[in-house]
Amino acid sequence: MILAQTTNALPDNTGYVAAAYLVFFALVLIYVVIMASKLARFERELTELNQLVDERAARAPAPADAEPEEAARR
Amino acid sequence: MTTRAELPDTESPAGPSRPRGDEPPFVPLRVAVAALLRKELGLELRAPQAVPAMALFSITTLVVFHFALQRGQVDGDLASGVLWVTLLFAAMLGISRLFVADHEEGGLDGFLLAPTDRTAMLVAKAFGLFCFLAAVEVVAVPAFALMLLGPSPSIAAYGQLAALLVLADAGIALVGTMVGAMAVQTRTRDLIVPLMALPLLIPVVIGAAKGTAPLLATAGPHSVEVRWLFVLGLYDLVFGLLAFALFDYLIED
Amino acid sequence: MLYGTRLRALSIATLVTMTAALALAFFYAPMDADQGFMQKIFYIHVPLGIVALCGFVWGGINGIQHLRTRDPKYDLRSYVAIHLSLVLGAGVLITGSIWARASWGHWWVWDEPTLVSFLIVFLLYATYQPMRFSIEDREKQARYASVFAVTAGAFVPLNFIAVRLAQAYTHPRVFATADGGLPAKMQVPFYLSLLGMALLYVTLWRYEMASKNTSWQLRALRRKLAGDDAVPPVGRTAAPTLPSS
Repeated sequence: MILAQTTNALPDNTGYVAAAYLVFFALVLIYVVIMASKLARFERELTELNQLVDERAARAPAPADAEPEEAARR
Repeated sequence: MTTRAELPDTESPAGPSRPRGDEPPFVPLRVAVAALLRKELGLELRAPQAVPAMALFSITTLVVFHFALQRGQVDGDLASGVLWVTLLFAAMLGISRLFVADHEEGGLDGFLLAPTDRTAMLVAKAFGLFCFLAAVEVVAVPAFALMLLGPSPSIAAYGQLAALLVLADAGIALVGTMVGAMAVQTRTRDLIVPLMALPLLIPVVIGAAKGTAPLLATAGPHSVEVRWLFVLGLYDLVFGLLAFALFDYLIED
Repeated sequence: MLYGTRLRALSIATLVTMTAALALAFFYAPMDADQGFMQKIFYIHVPLGIVALCGFVWGGINGIQHLRTRDPKYDLRSYVAIHLSLVLGAGVLITGSIWARASWGHWWVWDEPTLVSFLIVFLLYATYQPMRFSIEDREKQARYASVFAVTAGAFVPLNFIAVRLAQAYTHPRVFATADGGLPAKMQVPFYLSLLGMALLYVTLWRYEMASKNTSWQLRALRRKLAGDDAVPPVGRTAAPTLPSS
């Protein structure tokens, strides 16, 4: 059995403890990474859609007729 | 002879030609179960495919075990493990095939149109699978005793083994029916069945293997610890209730 | 329903709780006499495990709701719950393995019944996504996934009982747990860490739900603005879809 440490040096199993905690943090950070890429995609799509609405407002107001035209243009 | 689920003459035939207002009498559960069970067992008796394959597979597995373990005889824990792994893997074959014929040949659709409780199919299929497993064990257990088992258990020990087999088979049958019904709708049927069924069946393996080990030991008390019978019984109860509650959702369309 | 509303408060609560818990674990809790410093792994490994299992059961509860109401939002909730628990579960197995290596020199031991039960549960839930992916019809996929979630959720406690029984009288318990014999100074960081993990789970779950909801709302918006042709068809996927798209 391991006796209680009395020195000031790092305990024996620091490596393992550090590895376990690192695994935990890595898991959480993976979510940050995934959310970051999704957020970037949302930003891009919303900007596109915003531009779409602006374009439409800039042209002559006839929103119902413009839609199939828009779809064909895309 | 068609392979569709054949309902007995006592029920009025279901079909789109029947006028709406004319509701057929509701078929009581046991009549439906009896009919379905007759179909299951009848099909297997008339054109045996699953049971001979499972039995042959179990004997082959025993031979593989002989070479893999490099032993002529096993006893105790090892014997128990070899027996239950063999039975479990043979069961996987049976589960994969359980709903295939109904799914492909339209028997499931026919059953869904029938004026009966859908639990009838669960009961019939589970009981059918149980009978198939029992038939396989009639072959596999003596084969195991002849080929690999070292000690010769007494009749009482065999009786207790039979009790364990019954409880374990009930669990395998219930889980197998659920997993089989789930798997038949997927495209990767043969892969999904063992992947899903084996983890679910681990408590059965634990209870059965631990229970059988003292029966097959060379020395010591040749009796099952009641604890394992309790575990198997609890498992059967829980999964029986689960299957009863959830099976309808699996076969509706 | 919006899932992002309480996200900021939740993440702050998670941060505070987890920081406090880990600080207490390292500076307040005494050193374990048997295992020494490596016992500190206990403060994340066990709470992670407990929360992952509760997450699986929560996935099963949402499965029941889905089967009862046929509302696809419950299917999405169940999917995210199980998906998240699976990721945390991988963390449990890895940290457990590290702990086993530190204690016994082996990367895996069969002596610890909770870890073994966890492996079985993990293997079972690992089939969830492949099963979903292999069923093409959306409604059927959701329904079967819910049945699976309920069955597996009921299986979790049963499995733990069985494995514990299997090993109770043959091997002594290796790792100290919260079940008994935990000194008070160790209990405080443990329960705080458990609370922190639970908050983390809820935060991440809401995170993912909000993200998926946003994704489908954007798709619906694009369809309304640009017409059906602008929206790419939904290919085969294991993830649930929302009807608004």
